[in-house]
Amino acid sequence: MAKIGVFTCWCGENIARNVDVDKVSEAISKLPGVACSMNYKYMCSEPGQSLIASKIHELGLTGVVVASCSPHMHLKTFRKACETAGINSYLVEMANIREQCSWVHNDKEIATAKAIELIGMAVEKVRRNHALEPIKVPVTKRALVVGAGVAGIQAALDIAAGGVEVILVEREPSVGGKMAGLSETFPTLDCSQCILTPRMVEVGQHPNIKLMTYSEVDKVDGFVGNFKVTIRKKARYVDIAKCTGCGSCWNACPKKNKIPNSFDYNLGNRGAIYIPFPQAVPARPTIDADNCLRLQSMKNGKELCGICQKKCQTEAINFHDQDEFVEVEVGAIVVATGYQLYSIKKEQENPNIKGYAEYGYGKYPDVIDSLQFERIISASGPTGGEPKRPSDGKTPKTIVFIQCVGSRDNAKGITYCSKICCMYTAKHTMLFKHKVHDGAAHVFYMDIRSGGKMYDEFVRRAIEQDGAQYHRGRVSKIEQVNVDGEKKYRCYGADTLSGKPCVVDADMVVLAGAIMPSSGVQQLAQKLSVGYNEYGFLSESHPKLRPVETNAAGVFLCGACQGPKDIPETVAQASAAAGKALIMLSQPMLTREPEIANVDEKLCAACGACVKACPYQAISIEEIRDRKGNFIKNTSRVNPGLCMGCGTCVAVCPSKSVDLIGFTDDQVYAQVESLADVF
Amino acid sequence: MDIGYYPGCALHGSSNDYEASVRVCMKALGVELNELEDWICCGASAAHCINKKLSTALPARNLGIAEKQNLKSLFAPCPMCSMELTKANEAIRSDEALRKEMSDIVETPVTGNVDVVNLIQVFQAVGYDAIAERATRKLENFKPACYYGCLLTRPPKVVKFDDPEEPTSMEELLQKLGAEPVEWNCKTVCCGGGLTLSDEEGVAAMTYRVLQNAIDSGANCVVVACPMCQVNLDMRQADAKKLGLTKDVPIFYLSDLVGLAVGCAAKDLDIERRYVSIPKDLK
Repeated sequence: MAKIGVFTCWCGENIARNVDVDKVSEAISKLPGVACSMNYKYMCSEPGQSLIASKIHELGLTGVVVASCSPHMHLKTFRKACETAGINSYLVEMANIREQCSWVHNDKEIATAKAIELIGMAVEKVRRNHALEPIKVPVTKRALVVGAGVAGIQAALDIAAGGVEVILVEREPSVGGKMAGLSETFPTLDCSQCILTPRMVEVGQHPNIKLMTYSEVDKVDGFVGNFKVTIRKKARYVDIAKCTGCGSCWNACPKKNKIPNSFDYNLGNRGAIYIPFPQAVPARPTIDADNCLRLQSMKNGKELCGICQKKCQTEAINFHDQDEFVEVEVGAIVVATGYQLYSIKKEQENPNIKGYAEYGYGKYPDVIDSLQFERIISASGPTGGEPKRPSDGKTPKTIVFIQCVGSRDNAKGITYCSKICCMYTAKHTMLFKHKVHDGAAHVFYMDIRSGGKMYDEFVRRAIEQDGAQYHRGRVSKIEQVNVDGEKKYRCYGADTLSGKPCVVDADMVVLAGAIMPSSGVQQLAQKLSVGYNEYGFLSESHPKLRPVETNAAGVFLCGACQGPKDIPETVAQASAAAGKALIMLSQPMLTREPEIANVDEKLCAACGACVKACPYQAISIEEIRDRKGNFIKNTSRVNPGLCMGCGTCVAVCPSKSVDLIGFTDDQVYAQVESLADVF
Repeated sequence: MDIGYYPGCALHGSSNDYEASVRVCMKALGVELNELEDWICCGASAAHCINKKLSTALPARNLGIAEKQNLKSLFAPCPMCSMELTKANEAIRSDEALRKEMSDIVETPVTGNVDVVNLIQVFQAVGYDAIAERATRKLENFKPACYYGCLLTRPPKVVKFDDPEEPTSMEELLQKLGAEPVEWNCKTVCCGGGLTLSDEEGVAAMTYRVLQNAIDSGANCVVVACPMCQVNLDMRQADAKKLGLTKDVPIFYLSDLVGLAVGCAAKDLDIERRYVSIPKDLK
C-alpha cells in the first residue's frame, strides 16, 4: 500500500499569490494512497526540508511529491533531502506549479485547479516509481581541449596544472588564436602579445600538455569519461620534431612576401613555407600546398623548385607528407573554438544574413574591419604598428569608426549585441590618437555599452582626454570621393542628438563587424551532440547555473564559441570549464542518471528505427547467441554510458519494445489518466 | 510573352515619351502589353501619406481589374506605381480581413495574387541572354551610369528586388548588350524628385551630386527606370550647372537603350524630346 507524502510550497508569494495552497493540500489529501498533504512557505529551506524528513520517518512514506518550482531548480535538493531521510531518491517527484502554473496564470481559481491537476499527475507517477541506483562508469583521466586561442590555452594550462594530461588541438599552424593578433587590450592598454606569448610558450612546453597544431577533430565516439576522438593531423610537409625553426627555408622561398597572410587578414604577405607570425608556437613552418611551386608541380609529375628542402640542414621537409589520423582516449572535452567577424560585404553565405553593400567593404581597400585595424596598429603587424592605410600607405589623419555593423541590426538579420565593440572601438580611437596626435577619430554608435570594471572610465578617457568625437547615429552610405586630389571616403551619417546629418570625409574607415562563431563550429557541435543557436553559438546547459557545461555530458564550453565576450570573461570562463573538467576527472567512477532507455530484447525485432532516431548514437544492433555460440536473433541495445534519456527511441519503436526507466509508458499513461478523472 | 500593363499617370502625361519607349521596346522583344481597362491612380503621389485605407484601396482597384482580366503578372513601368501595387498586393494576400474589406470597397474581388513587376523584371523575365540574342547592334559608345533612385529597390521588405543599396541588375543587362556601365557612388541616392515643387534649391543640389558623380566616374549618360528620376535629372541640369555641373548629361530610360540595341529607331523610341539632347553617337 502506497504511502505518499505531498508537500506544497508557497515559494514566498510566487506560488501562494495565485494558487490557494490550503485548498490544494486539502484536495490532494483525498487522493488514494496519499498519507499526508501539507504546505509550507519555503519548502526548499532548512525547516522545509526537515518537515519532509520528519514525515518520512514518522509515516514511513513510500514516495514523495514536492509541488513547487521547476525540477531544473530544486529536484536535486529534494532528492538529496529524501535520500538522507532514508528513501531512495528516485521515489521523489516534483510538480511544477510555479513556472507552469502560478507565474503564467492570473486567475487564482483556475490556477488552483490546475495546480491540483499537476500534483495529481505527479502522485500517479510516483505511485509507479521504483527505487533506482545511479549508473557507474569508469573515467579516462585525460582531457581534450579544442581550439588554442586564449580560452583553450587557459583551459589547457589549468587542467594540466591540476595534474591531468591534456591534448590541445588547434587547426591553425600556431596557437594564440585571435588574441595573438590584437594590438593592445582594454581597459589597461597592455600589449596583447606581451600577456599572451608567455602562456603560448607554456602550453608548448608543459609536460602534461600534448600540443597538436594544424589538426582538427575528425570524429568523436564514446561517452562521458570514455570518449574516443579521432584527430586529423593535416599534412604540414615539415617534421616539427626535426625542424629547429632556423628560418633558412622561409627566407629562401621564392614566393616569400607574395602570398596574402591570413594571420594579418590579408593585409600583409608571407611565403609558401611560412610561420604565421614571429612568436608562433610551435615556431615551426608550414607549407601552404596551394601556393607551393613544388607541391603544385608534383601534381603534374614534375619536381620544380624545392629550394626550402635544399636549404634545410635537418632534413625536416617532406614533400610526400600526408594527412594522418590519430585516435585518442579522453574523459572530458573542452570546446574553445572562438569567433570570427561577420563578413560585411554584399555576398553572404547564410541566406538569413545580409551584408552592407552600402559601406563598400571589399570594394574600397581603406574600408577595413576592426580585426584588420588591430593588425595595422599592432607592433607585429604588416606596418610595424604605424597607422598606414592599405591603398597607398599614407598615414590617415581622419578615421571614421562605425559600431554595430551587423550587430543589433534586424534588417541585416543579426539581432544580438556583440558586446566588445564599444570597448575596442574606444581603444582604437585612443591608440590612433596616441600615434597620430593631430588625427581625428570619429565614432558612430547606437549606444555605448561599457559595463565592466574600469570600462566606462576607459570610454570617457577616449572621449575626454584623447578627444575622440562620438556621434550617436548610423552611417547610411560610404562613397569614395576626390577632395583636392586626395582620396577620401565620405561617410553620410546622422547625429541623432543634434538631429542633423553628419557627413565626415575620412581617410580610412574601420567597421566593427558583428561577432560570429568560428566557421565549422556547427559541424564540430554535431560530432559532440552539443546544441547551438540560429547563429551557431554553442548552447550551455543553463545560462546561470551551468554556464560552462553542455547537455552532452562531459563536454564543456568556454570563450566566444558560446557567445561574444571579451578577454577577461573568456579567461574566467576557461578556468571555470577547466575546473569543471577537473572535478569530473577526479572521480574514481562517474555516476550517471539511471533514467535511460531499456530494450526488451525478447520483443525487439531489430528494425533499427531507434538506431536512426537516437541523437546521441547510443543504440546499436547486437547479436544474441546462446551459450554454445549459436546465433539466436538480433536486437537493439542501449549503451548506458551514452544514453541521455531523451526518449526519442521510445516514441519511434513500432513494437513498443523500448521503454524509459523512470518514465515508462505505464507511468506516463497513468499521469494522463489522472487528468481524465478531473474532467 | 503576354503581360498586364499599368501605365499610371506619368506615362499618360508628363512622361509620355517613356510610354512610347516602353511600348516600342516591348513590341520589338515580342512582349504584348495588355493595358488594364479603366485603371485609376495608384495612390503614390498623395494618398499614401494621408490615408492608409485609401492608399490600399486605390491600388486594390487596379489589382482587382487585373484579376478580372485574368492577368498573372502586371507591369508598372513607374517604380512608385509598382511599389504601391506590390505593397497593396502583399497586404491583401496575407490578411483575410483586409482582403474582404478591399473587395467590398472596390466592388470587385481582390485576392492579391497578381505578380507586380517593374521594367527591369520584365527584361529579366524575357531573359538577358534572349535579349542579347535579338540585339542587332552593340551599345559600344555607351558608358552609362545606371541609376536606380529611391524606389526601385526600396523599401526592401516590400519590393524584394536586387540589393537595396548596391543593385547591379541594370549593369548586368547593359553589359550583355555591349555597353560599359561605370562604377559610381550614387546608384541609389535620391535625385530630389520628391521635393520638386517644394524646394527647388534643395533639388538642384541633389541633382548636381548625382550627375556630377556620374561625370566624374566616367559616364557619358545616365540610365533610369523611373519617369520621375528622368524628368528631374533631365530638366534640372540648368540649375545644377549654377552649382558647378561640368557638362550636359543625356538621361535615358532603360527601355531606350534596350530598344536601340534590338534595332528600334531612335525616333520611334521618342528620345528626341529631352531637355538635354542626345548626341548623335548615342542614338
